Amino acid sequence: MSAPTVQDAGGHDGLEVLNLRKEYRSTGLFGRTRRTVRAVDGVDFHVPPGGSLGLVGESGCGKSTAARCILRLAEADSGSIRYEGLDVRAARGPALRMLRRRVQMVFQDPYSTLNPKRTIGQTLEEPLHVHGIASGRAAREAARALLGEVGLGTDAMERLPSEFSGGQRQRIGIARALILGPSLLIADEPVSALDVSVQAQILRLLDELRERRGLSFLFVSHDLGVVRHICDAVAVMYLGGIVERGPVREVFDAPLHPYTKILRAASPVPDPAARVTMMRIEGEIPSAAAPPPGCAFHARCPAAFARCSQERPLLREVVPGRAVACHLFP
Amino acid sequence: MTAQLEAPSSAGPRPSALAQAFRSNQTTWIGAILLAAVVLAAVLAPLLAPHDPLQQDILVRLEAPSAEHLLGTDAYGRDVLSRLMYGARISLLVGFASVIAAVTLGGALGIIAGYMGGVIDQLIMGVMDVLLSFPTLLLGLMVVAVLGASLENLIVAIAVTEMAPFARIARAPTLVLREQGFVEAGRALGFHPVRIMAVHILPNLVAELAVMASLWLATAIRTEASLSFIGLGVKPPTATWGGMIREGFENILDAPWLALFPSLAVLITVLALNLLGDGLRDAIDPKLRRE
Repeated sequence: MSAPTVQDAGGHDGLEVLNLRKEYRSTGLFGRTRRTVRAVDGVDFHVPPGGSLGLVGESGCGKSTAARCILRLAEADSGSIRYEGLDVRAARGPALRMLRRRVQMVFQDPYSTLNPKRTIGQTLEEPLHVHGIASGRAAREAARALLGEVGLGTDAMERLPSEFSGGQRQRIGIARALILGPSLLIADEPVSALDVSVQAQILRLLDELRERRGLSFLFVSHDLGVVRHICDAVAVMYLGGIVERGPVREVFDAPLHPYTKILRAASPVPDPAARVTMMRIEGEIPSAAAPPPGCAFHARCPAAFARCSQERPLLREVVPGRAVACHLFP
Repeated sequence: MTAQLEAPSSAGPRPSALAQAFRSNQTTWIGAILLAAVVLAAVLAPLLAPHDPLQQDILVRLEAPSAEHLLGTDAYGRDVLSRLMYGARISLLVGFASVIAAVTLGGALGIIAGYMGGVIDQLIMGVMDVLLSFPTLLLGLMVVAVLGASLENLIVAIAVTEMAPFARIARAPTLVLREQGFVEAGRALGFHPVRIMAVHILPNLVAELAVMASLWLATAIRTEASLSFIGLGVKPPTATWGGMIREGFENILDAPWLALFPSLAVLITVLALNLLGDGLRDAIDPKLRRE
């Protein structure tokens, strides 16, 4: 799975993740390991400067864990994460502070993303104080300017999060992520908790910000429509590993991996001419604590054959720019 | 998603929990008024007390309540009402000081344990569990026995016995808050753990800690009285409620009011604090769920 394809070869700018692994252990009495969950099991991807990659998959597939490792909210077990030449996993002290300024996150739940006891002004100014970028009047001006940029009035400064709607809170969360001037924004399901009408507004805002600020995006989502709208490339994850990766239109218009096909068929297409083919996916996603041998997907795969239950397929480039981990594409 | 049921943005600032506590529950009022009376009597004791609490008068020993001595006199001829008012100062001082110490120390340890997790969590909560396994009075007794009986040691002893419940009360919501977006955002923004705990977690716990503090204040006052009763409190002749009950016991048949009035004082104060604490808790509990 971890064999680097051409696309993964070193020397890239932007975000580069190679063979990332993260396990969670639940320990029993006396520190004995009882269960090991391989949340992320050898994942490679690359987000070029100004590019946007969508990380899609069912809940529990490890997409959020991968994002958290890049932000150092979780510590990866092995693999390499580099951003703009900085070794993310080894960063500490000034390097880690620099990473905090360059990579920021937008969270899923608009209701817990803001401290209910702090005014919007306090929330936005605090990072500037902590990083010694601005204080007093200058910090207040920076926060005001950013509120305008995300489409809120400056009268929000003195108000508490409880006075805002979900969509407004998400705008404030985006403003907080941008206050340090990052170049990479990681968004973990930033619109999935919002009403559909509000979703579109937030997505448009993210699009505008990307254009205006030249941001790179890592977009974690289960919603293929959202990913299609906002990303140039997509990596489909299943049970801790990437099963297919490539440009977003090609992958969604002509999926190669059986899992991508099923995901694709399960998400509605706004095209009356499209033939409705209901593909059924059998069973539940297997437990990452007891992954099946061979291909992680073989138990649910409509195209599985004998080799699938014995040998784990590696992610390899089958068409230029597109990689698949499936024995159907040797 | 209860949060979405709230009218977004149109809802003004919510009424403070304190105001809510008094509006919805009359017994909270009774508690507040009783406590205010006790506090006032204690603070204004030098002005209000009809006699010097330490002045002995052999000629009027063990006198029943009268116009001159409203609550009678004790075995040394001292005015019981005056001693009760001065005793309230000791009880409230020990109670407030020990609870403030307990809430500060226990709250801080609970937040650290909950936020840091792992070995630190196990270590802190292990010590707290040991403290919790002793009966309050016995633990206080041990601390006073080791340190010696004095006002300061009494405060230390009671603070130690009450630290563990506050650590528990602070730890549980910290475990929830730790996973909240704004705490994660703070970490992603590179905030120091101390800042996250003090600025982002603590303010969201203050309401719960305050409710606990008002309830444990009652226990602290009871513990002080108990320790004084068994002679491990502030040394005589200083007036304390527990000490007065003990002295009154020696003459319980001849002058039952000697033990009765300080006991009533303890009862009223503890009742007032419990009523107040219950009211606050009722007002605050459902609120915390929603945020």
